Amino acid sequence: MQALYAQLLVGLINGSFYALLSLGLAVIFGMLNIINFAHGALYMMGAFVAYFLLNVMGIGYWPALIIAPIAVGIFGMILERTMLQWLAGLDHLYGLLLTFGLALIIQGVFQNYFGSSGLPYAIPDYPKIGEFHGLQGGMNLGFMFLPIYRGWVVIFSLIVCLGTWYLIERTRLGAYLRAATENPALVRAFGINVPRMITLTYGLGVGLAALAGVLSAPINQVRPLMGENVIIVVFAVVVIGGMGSIMGSIVTGFALGVIEGLTKYFYPEASNTVVFVLMVLVLLVKPTGLTGRAA
Amino acid sequence: MTAMTDDSIPVTPRAIHDEMVAFGIMTALLVIVPWTGIYPFFVMQALCFALLACAFNLLIGYGGLLSFGHAMFLGTAGYCSGHALKVWGLSPELGILVGTAAAAGLAVITGLVAIRRQGIYFAMITLALSQLLYFIYLQAPFTHGEDGIQGIPQGYLFGILNLANPTILYYVVLAGFLFGFLVIFRTINSPFGEVLKAIRENEPRAISLGYKTDQYKLLAYILSGTLAGLAGALKVFVAQNASLTDVEVAMSGQIVLMTLVGGLGTVFGPVLGAFVIVAMQQYLSGLGQWVTVIQGVVFVVCVLTFRRGVIGEIAHYFRRSL
Repeated sequence: MQALYAQLLVGLINGSFYALLSLGLAVIFGMLNIINFAHGALYMMGAFVAYFLLNVMGIGYWPALIIAPIAVGIFGMILERTMLQWLAGLDHLYGLLLTFGLALIIQGVFQNYFGSSGLPYAIPDYPKIGEFHGLQGGMNLGFMFLPIYRGWVVIFSLIVCLGTWYLIERTRLGAYLRAATENPALVRAFGINVPRMITLTYGLGVGLAALAGVLSAPINQVRPLMGENVIIVVFAVVVIGGMGSIMGSIVTGFALGVIEGLTKYFYPEASNTVVFVLMVLVLLVKPTGLTGRAA
Repeated sequence: MTAMTDDSIPVTPRAIHDEMVAFGIMTALLVIVPWTGIYPFFVMQALCFALLACAFNLLIGYGGLLSFGHAMFLGTAGYCSGHALKVWGLSPELGILVGTAAAAGLAVITGLVAIRRQGIYFAMITLALSQLLYFIYLQAPFTHGEDGIQGIPQGYLFGILNLANPTILYYVVLAGFLFGFLVIFRTINSPFGEVLKAIRENEPRAISLGYKTDQYKLLAYILSGTLAGLAGALKVFVAQNASLTDVEVAMSGQIVLMTLVGGLGTVFGPVLGAFVIVAMQQYLSGLGQWVTVIQGVVFVVCVLTFRRGVIGEIAHYFRRSL
């Protein structure tokens, strides 16, 4: 049973990353009509920024959790201003091709300087409160041993996901955003700067990817190609969940992570493929995706 | 579906005469290659990729369907041909048939799934399907995992043509390429091709005119996958191996890049694009990983400033269709 719980936890953690990444993809697709193929590369950049902050400037995990998403978000906004904005009005496929090219460039550059092997990033050992040393170590829950860092990733991701949902579905800013998704011309006529909103939206989506990257750094190590396979799984998640609903992305992300974890326990040979097989099944039964409307 | 605008994937009106002239020039150039001293292995490799890119272009350029997983046909045909030749000891013609048939079967199965969504979702689904295949081939015993199938015998085609001879192999590969190219050429100039274009431009209207658009798309997808499989089977004789690199996402990306550089929706663009990209890899191979970066830059530049591609720009300048 210990092994089952451990795999469930791994599944929940991967699910956190899937949720954060597919959430960002959905938000970006809503505003820019672009499937951001560079999402995996930006996720990797988040982890690398955290690594640089620690090893070059001596800035630890907690500030990195805020600085890395902002830094990568700004990088993303520069990409949007200099390149992606010129694709407005073109066939959606060009956005996919452009961001695929960007992913090749980013991953290629990092691979040249850092090779393909992983760089270690330690779990933070501060602040020290009583017997706890930051997020290191673990606690015995009776039925399983829970490494604290892993529990933290799941809970923190959930909070960020729900916070993003709240921002978009329940605040005035989110209302502008949703309105601009529906009819950008009309929203502009009301005096709202839609192009700036688009840029900020891309920054937000990219920042979420970078945040996932920082969270995964202590677990998966920091590797130039760490986002290469993840992004394809996230695409499958997005096809399964549909991109119409924010909550749908979050729930699908976590659920598929858990299913993947369970597969690792019951039938490890299929753990790499289970998400894709599920995608095929969903497409056969409900082609629009579980929460999606017709595209 | 959105309405067609000038900014969509370009399709020029077709003039069969210009295309016949261009086809004649291309064929003549390819036929004299063995006497020019150009490294035949390079041209053979480029021809395989050219056929692959043409097959891919049939879907995107005429059907409006961007497949981001066309490497799965290349890899599947490669593995099946390689296995048939090496382990079963089949003759080359049967080996090609096995590989192509395997790709056709794969196209039927994946096509039934993928055509259920359009546009951007189609691209993501084909990508995910090819990744599924990648993991299957990584674990399946007959593909030998990371090693791939090595040292595949070339044999005698029809019992007489020694494929170990580079010149003979070159003409066999050229014949295979021309066959595939003409099938595509015939398809896009047929009533079937016209309906495909109609679906591309306005699917709801095509449906309202009584066309069962899903069947047309599926058929185009199967044809494209089968010809991509033919390219994969031919490539086995050139490279004499079948490995995981042929199934990777990076390979699918290269197929897209070849077509984009040459010109989406042009007849000859994918051929030129394949030669450009294969040559680029050949000459830049000393740069290691920077080749990936350069490919990314080419992607970005093409999408931002050069969406018609080389052949598309030429055709646009002369107001001809090529």
